[in-house]
Amino acid sequence: MSAILRLFWTFLKIGLFSIGGGYAIIPLIREQVVANSGWISSKMFTDIITISQMTPGPLAVNTSTFVGLQVGGIAGAVAATVGCVLCGIVICLLLHRFFQRHQSSIYVFEVLNGLKSASLGLIVSAAATIVLTALWGAQPVPISDAFSLLNGTALAIFSVALLVLRRWKPNPMLVMLASGVAGLLLYS
Amino acid sequence: MFGVNLFISAFTFGGGYIVVPMVRRYFVQKKRCFTEEELMSMAAIAQSSPGAIAINLSALAGYQVAGLGGVLVSCVAAILPPLLILGAVSAFYRVFIANAVVAAVLKGMEAGVAALMVDLIVDMCAMIVKEKSAFLTAMIPVAFLANFVFQIGAVYILLACCLLCIARAVWKRRGVQ
Repeated sequence: MSAILRLFWTFLKIGLFSIGGGYAIIPLIREQVVANSGWISSKMFTDIITISQMTPGPLAVNTSTFVGLQVGGIAGAVAATVGCVLCGIVICLLLHRFFQRHQSSIYVFEVLNGLKSASLGLIVSAAATIVLTALWGAQPVPISDAFSLLNGTALAIFSVALLVLRRWKPNPMLVMLASGVAGLLLYS
Repeated sequence: MFGVNLFISAFTFGGGYIVVPMVRRYFVQKKRCFTEEELMSMAAIAQSSPGAIAINLSALAGYQVAGLGGVLVSCVAAILPPLLILGAVSAFYRVFIANAVVAAVLKGMEAGVAALMVDLIVDMCAMIVKEKSAFLTAMIPVAFLANFVFQIGAVYILLACCLLCIARAVWKRRGVQ
């Protein structure tokens, strides 16, 4: 039981401190699950990141599920995952209610509008990383080789998908499925 | 709603941000549960809170549609696919990583995700620019540069933004009086 509780507590902390999300929180998670607790090896942690990129779901949630499974079976996975998302959900709902109640306040209005813009800027930043990774791979590429190292197939899928999206506004899931099929046909 | 969130979550490859266009499609465009404007506020709040934006946004969407019961339903639905898929994958993950077919499909999806993100950003930027506020419009590239080029953490950027906005509100009020 105590292992399950420790899993819950550790991932509660990880969830609480992972503001902004994405890959910025990798060092924090690594410190907790590899260095501090010794739950998994460093190699396994790198594998989890790879798997996270290949499977749906946020990195922190995937890591918690994986580590939970390794340490405490299914109960461990549930404890770690719930711990990981709990703080975010509660704080997020409180903030939402706060902003809704005080909509008429000029301060709340200004802050919410500012947050909209700033968080869009952060989304653009995340998207830039996604686009770069899709077209050039995860490793940094020197500017001088940018053209020769560009993945033509990825650029084709990206351009067609974007064109179709702008023109016909299809269901995003159809776009995902179609690009997956295109990847299967063009890469293998 | 359980079905929709389950579906959305099963397709969040390549990071949680992809839920924003998905939620937009189902809750805003199809079901008209809330407006595009509200979605932007919710996305901003989901991002400013700790934890994964994907889960937080699902929770908010659930709350908006059906209150606390909705939160519970959409959160369970959002967590379930990663839980099940990862459970399956972790059993034989080395085989999975080495599989060429899996890699080809995922590489294709990566490009699709990139296109979806660009599509979303174009629409969201247009909404902010439409408000004709130089301050709010300038905030987008500033936050982007701070995070992408200067590698400043999201927490600091959002905090600085809050302080700036409060200062602006104070200044505006003084101007009125």
